[in-house]
Amino acid sequence: MTQTIVIARYNPEQDEKPHHEAYQVQSDDNTSVLDALQQVQQQDPGLSFRWSCRMAICGSCGVMVNGVPKLGCQTFLRDYPAGLVITPLSNFAVEKDLIVNMEPFLEHLSAIKPWLINTAEGTQPHVQTPKQLAKYQQFANCINCGLCYSACPQFGLNPEFRGPAALALAHRYNLDSRDQGKAQRMPELNAKNGVWTCTFVGFCSEVCPKKVDPAAAINQGKVESAKDMIVSVLKPSGAR
Amino acid sequence: MLQLDMDIIVVGGGGAGLRAAIAAAEASPTLNVALVSKVYPMRSHTVAAEGGAAAVTLSEDSLQSHFFDTVAGSDWLAEQDVVEFFVQHAYQELVQLERWGCPWSRKNDGSVQVRRFGGMKTERTWFAADKTGFHILHTLFQTSLKYPSIERFDEYFVLDLLVVDQRVAGVLAIRYSTGELVQIRAKSVILATGGAGRVFHYNTNSGIVTGDGMALALRHGVALRDMEFVQYHPTGLPGSGILITEACRGEGGILLNKDGYRYLQDYGLGPETPLGEPRNKCMELGPRDRLSQAFWQQQKLGLTGDYQGHAVVYLDLRHLGDKHLKERLPLICELARDFVNVDPAKAPIPVRPAVHYTMGGVMTDIDCQTSIQGLFAIGECASVGLHGANRLGSNSLSELLVFGKVAGERAAALAQQNDHVSHQAIAQQTAVQQALLSGMPGHNTNDSLVAIRTAMTKAMEEGCGIYRDANSMQHCLDQLHSLRQRYQVLNVEDQGKVYNSALLQHLELGFGLDVAMAICSSALARKESRGAHQRLDEGLTARNDAEFLQHSLAVQQQDGSIDIRWQAVTITSLPPGQRLYGDCGAVNEGKAS
Repeated sequence: MTQTIVIARYNPEQDEKPHHEAYQVQSDDNTSVLDALQQVQQQDPGLSFRWSCRMAICGSCGVMVNGVPKLGCQTFLRDYPAGLVITPLSNFAVEKDLIVNMEPFLEHLSAIKPWLINTAEGTQPHVQTPKQLAKYQQFANCINCGLCYSACPQFGLNPEFRGPAALALAHRYNLDSRDQGKAQRMPELNAKNGVWTCTFVGFCSEVCPKKVDPAAAINQGKVESAKDMIVSVLKPSGAR
Repeated sequence: MLQLDMDIIVVGGGGAGLRAAIAAAEASPTLNVALVSKVYPMRSHTVAAEGGAAAVTLSEDSLQSHFFDTVAGSDWLAEQDVVEFFVQHAYQELVQLERWGCPWSRKNDGSVQVRRFGGMKTERTWFAADKTGFHILHTLFQTSLKYPSIERFDEYFVLDLLVVDQRVAGVLAIRYSTGELVQIRAKSVILATGGAGRVFHYNTNSGIVTGDGMALALRHGVALRDMEFVQYHPTGLPGSGILITEACRGEGGILLNKDGYRYLQDYGLGPETPLGEPRNKCMELGPRDRLSQAFWQQQKLGLTGDYQGHAVVYLDLRHLGDKHLKERLPLICELARDFVNVDPAKAPIPVRPAVHYTMGGVMTDIDCQTSIQGLFAIGECASVGLHGANRLGSNSLSELLVFGKVAGERAAALAQQNDHVSHQAIAQQTAVQQALLSGMPGHNTNDSLVAIRTAMTKAMEEGCGIYRDANSMQHCLDQLHSLRQRYQVLNVEDQGKVYNSALLQHLELGFGLDVAMAICSSALARKESRGAHQRLDEGLTARNDAEFLQHSLAVQQQDGSIDIRWQAVTITSLPPGQRLYGDCGAVNEGKAS
């Protein structure tokens, strides 16, 4: 069947601001938003959007569908009988059409030291039980799609906020039984753009396509941050 | 035009590229490493690998056994010294990833768990649920962030290599966000650009897997080796080709034809193994080439089913139970639900073969060095000689790590000895590319990129599919020649600078056409059947070691056509033998030991 979709278009070399355009696409039960965008691109090669794996693991194709952040490849036209409006991810600067500037996201991610910190040398694997793995596994499933930043009202107000994915990743490493870097990450979590900026709206977890639940990670991070700050008040500086 | 100087350039931000960049940074922290990638590194196709990474781990396993499986799996076309080096170093690399934080799945005692995989005699595949590639890629990406000497150039598309007197001098790239041309000089360059699956129509590969690095090297006279060997993965989703991991069968999944019959027993892989008792190297755990060929035979017999117009067989996982599926194959449950509306705990998944992996690639020696000094190639874009005529599942993720490290270290050593080539020496080459770019709009506006690309992918599917014959391949090659001519005058339909995706797709298609020519020409020249290259022509349906125990080398000529040369295979300890699976294979190995 033929379906109409509306896409936000913006070419910085020609347009003052974004505008909406309607397109006709052929759809069946399996047609995803990404498929539809590809069809439109065949009619209009000037349309730009990011995509790659089309199986919801590379994290490239995040867009807003009727105002809600979604992965284009995992969102199907069949679920939108009343029609779709596809716009770029909110809270990021639009570069062209559906492409946004992801650099702030990458900066936040790097800032929380997202690598295993452990000074011990060794040629064999660490021992880690399935129970220890389960403690952080969910938070290691983030595909860096950025949907949670588009869902986050605080990030919308304050782009300096480290944001859901970065804070969840910090929590992932802090929870890893092999990691010794928590003390190095806590200042970033305690800082003014860390966990306390979150007002626990929870929309980030709702839109997460991988059920990472960043809101839970941040909430647990607040408990850790509170403990960390109490300890730092009780102990004279330099004694930690 | 922007001009930059770096010590080392890594082209490609997937598993191989990241591992190489880290190795270079560790070898020499004073060297500047440019990581140039057309997408953000964590979008790279490594992310889609599901099943796992192989290394000898259990006490009952041995390096000899991994060596034997890999060489036999390659139908004796692997470089045996390379395989020896690989099996010796794979374990340490997987441990290194563990120590960088990779969340490998564990046994109750906290040790790393291994699973069965096709063509492997013993369980030796490390995994992180069914998202192994994803976890490897993110672990490497996140680890790379701690090295200040690695500078990322995300969303930069490499147009050309700079080469002076058979020595690499850097690369020319387009910055996708601005359309600006960037010249980066370097003392060594590592190609880690992935495979070329997207020159075929149905495939498991991401849209970015367009053969860029292979074509870059080919255009500078480097040979592409063993390009006729293209792996069809036996279990992709119908239509989309989305990958349903071999780990499903490692866990005990079975393949059924439309009558519910386990047809693999008819193709030298039997006898039928009891439900819930998978046996290594038998039935569903045979190698990928054999399984994809069995599908083709079943289709010819009219024994495949239909899913919305696609011929399919059925992957049945129901007996594994909901809990086990959710724990070990969570991504598969999700993909089956979203893309074919199947709950694998309740119904079999319709599947069919889809192009998955290019065994061949840029020819290198065991140190990952190409025929151009300072130019290295690793991972799927390379042919270091590990896979021969058929790759075993879970060898390629380990390959990224083992040879990524080698290339990073070698590139660093070379960069310390050498200086940059003068700007003058690369000025002309740069000017040529600059002129090409600004003159990009070809005159023909009646043709389209999509039309040419679709014609190429369909021609490849028909001419260079699971089974091939001289007529179909020649027809394919003729079509590729004419598509190449159409391409050369094709207009680029968008003239913008900022994120011009039409331009990038145009350049990718040019790369793809060159690689497709190499694949088809190599396939035509190999007049025998071996591994993933199976011919239907009379007299050519069997392996012919007397004439073809050799690597094909595809070399591009001035007019774009491909000349095929041959190279002897390095055999160290395992002379060519019969490649047997199922009960016959067990008997054969008994004799060998």
